[in-house]
Amino acid sequence: MTALSTRTAMSTRRERLGRYLARNWQLYLLLLPVVAYFIVFHYLPMYGLQIAFRNYSVRLGFWRSQWVGLEHFERFFRSYYSTQVIANTILISVYSLAVGMPLPILLAILMNEVRNKAFKRTVQTVTYAPYFISTVVMCSMIYLFLSPQSGVINRLLMALGGESIYFMGKPALFKTIYVLTGVWQYTGWNSIIYMAALSGIDPQLHEAAMIDGAGRFRRIWHINLPGLIPTMVILLILNSGSLMTVGFEKIFLLQNDLNRSASEVISTLVYNQGLIQHDYSYSAAVSLFNSVVNCILLVTVNQIARRVSETSLW
Amino acid sequence: MKSRSAGDRLFDIGVYVLLTIAMLIVLYPLYFVVIASVSDPMDVLAGKVIWKPSGFSLEAYRMVFKDSQVMTGYRNTIAYTLAGTALNIMLSIAAAYPLSRRNLKGKGLVMGMMVFTMFFSGGLIPTYITISNLGLLNTFAVMILPTAISVYNVMIMRTFFMNSIPYELEEAAYVDGATHFRTLYSVVLPLSKPILAVMVLFYAIAHWNSYFNAMIYLSDKERYPLQLVLRTILVQSQSSEEILADVQGTFNRMLMSETIKYALIIVASVPVLCLYPFLQKYFVQGVMIGSVKG
Repeated sequence: MTALSTRTAMSTRRERLGRYLARNWQLYLLLLPVVAYFIVFHYLPMYGLQIAFRNYSVRLGFWRSQWVGLEHFERFFRSYYSTQVIANTILISVYSLAVGMPLPILLAILMNEVRNKAFKRTVQTVTYAPYFISTVVMCSMIYLFLSPQSGVINRLLMALGGESIYFMGKPALFKTIYVLTGVWQYTGWNSIIYMAALSGIDPQLHEAAMIDGAGRFRRIWHINLPGLIPTMVILLILNSGSLMTVGFEKIFLLQNDLNRSASEVISTLVYNQGLIQHDYSYSAAVSLFNSVVNCILLVTVNQIARRVSETSLW
Repeated sequence: MKSRSAGDRLFDIGVYVLLTIAMLIVLYPLYFVVIASVSDPMDVLAGKVIWKPSGFSLEAYRMVFKDSQVMTGYRNTIAYTLAGTALNIMLSIAAAYPLSRRNLKGKGLVMGMMVFTMFFSGGLIPTYITISNLGLLNTFAVMILPTAISVYNVMIMRTFFMNSIPYELEEAAYVDGATHFRTLYSVVLPLSKPILAVMVLFYAIAHWNSYFNAMIYLSDKERYPLQLVLRTILVQSQSSEEILADVQGTFNRMLMSETIKYALIIVASVPVLCLYPFLQKYFVQGVMIGSVKG
């Protein structure tokens, strides 16, 4: 009796699954190449990360290369440059965040106060534009403008009675150049998200504040700024997840032997050790260390944000 | 209309002044590149070009356009951008549409699999080895396959499918006996033109501007995209001999190679910078949809 009912239950379940598939197989067909893409181009490399614990040899492949445990990690931490590289990475991130975070907020708040539509649109079009310039072009502009012989900046310094400075050769100036050019390129674009948040603020709040006699500055301070906090928190969480990541593309192009002491970061080290020196396993170990730290940071900051402000990623 | 108070007006003036300064800071470097590219190289080097071009000349552009390396780069970039964007769009739809359906079994698993890659990856070397093992080094495919899907863009598209297309419409199509393919093709996609425009732009610009994958995966110069050619000439300052072939004397060559750099910047950036103001609306829309999900 019970066996019979189990069998009917099972067969109806199988039938239901059959009907479900008959109706939805096309959706799975669509997902097939997508899943294949992620397996091949994202999860195979993750599987390959085990070479960080092995001495990778091309002949033996991921799986059969000799196991060496944490040797590569120890080598990295014992190396004379590890502290400097980690410090550079964190300093550049924090510097970028400290300067790069408030400015888009300021820009969005200012644009939000403009009533003239044409002017507002012009400001937006102009300030978003540098976002579309490629990294290569951005870096060549930096080189051209800062060139000791012909650069505009040095021409200006000399006209003012100063001396020409070889900006790109000075480690002390590297981080500032990196951060300020980033501000030039991304402030406008990064303000979009805050503009969106500002447009979502209830106008009734402003009306009520106006009746109470609040001026514009006070309304910005007490209404607009608090309205932006959830967006700020989300962006802060996302950014802290990449605190130990400095984008390779720009820093690599700006790097040279003279400024290397200030410009070598984890991503450039990984590139140099891996693809230039062909020290695959060592390079993979450094990059794995970096990814793990990033994940821990992201989860930690997210937890803190959830406790403190009810805004979090998950 | 109530007249505004003096404080209010002062506040307005402050806002306009600050924003104008911001615009000038953004515009000046771009403007300088334009005027330097059409000026006499001698005057650029001497620092005479500050506010307006000096000694107008299009010589630099003439040289850029007849350089075979630059032109090959241009052609390659156009090919990578067209093929790459087409693949991006197809795969993004294939990912976003099923994931936007209610009650799709296994949806969470696929979503998790995708989102995880946003926060953790195999990193440079294992990815490089994988690509190399697949025999993709130095092929056309390596420029479009590894970047075939951006999870971020799929999320934007999925949000659009879920929020902007009335569920009743799809239900009606289902009741009428339409298959999922049919619904996607005749109902969902025609209603999704704005988001498709955004996606095309995001993907195409990413292809146009990228140099990193080309640098690590390509060794054949004939396959180099424009950005990699630019890197050689602009950043490494190795002007090809050919580009300066008919300039006499080392000094003149050095001079000319400076203005050529400015002209190259223009030639490489103009397609994107000229298109962008017309499409700005769509870009901003894309960012907004993306931010809603956060």
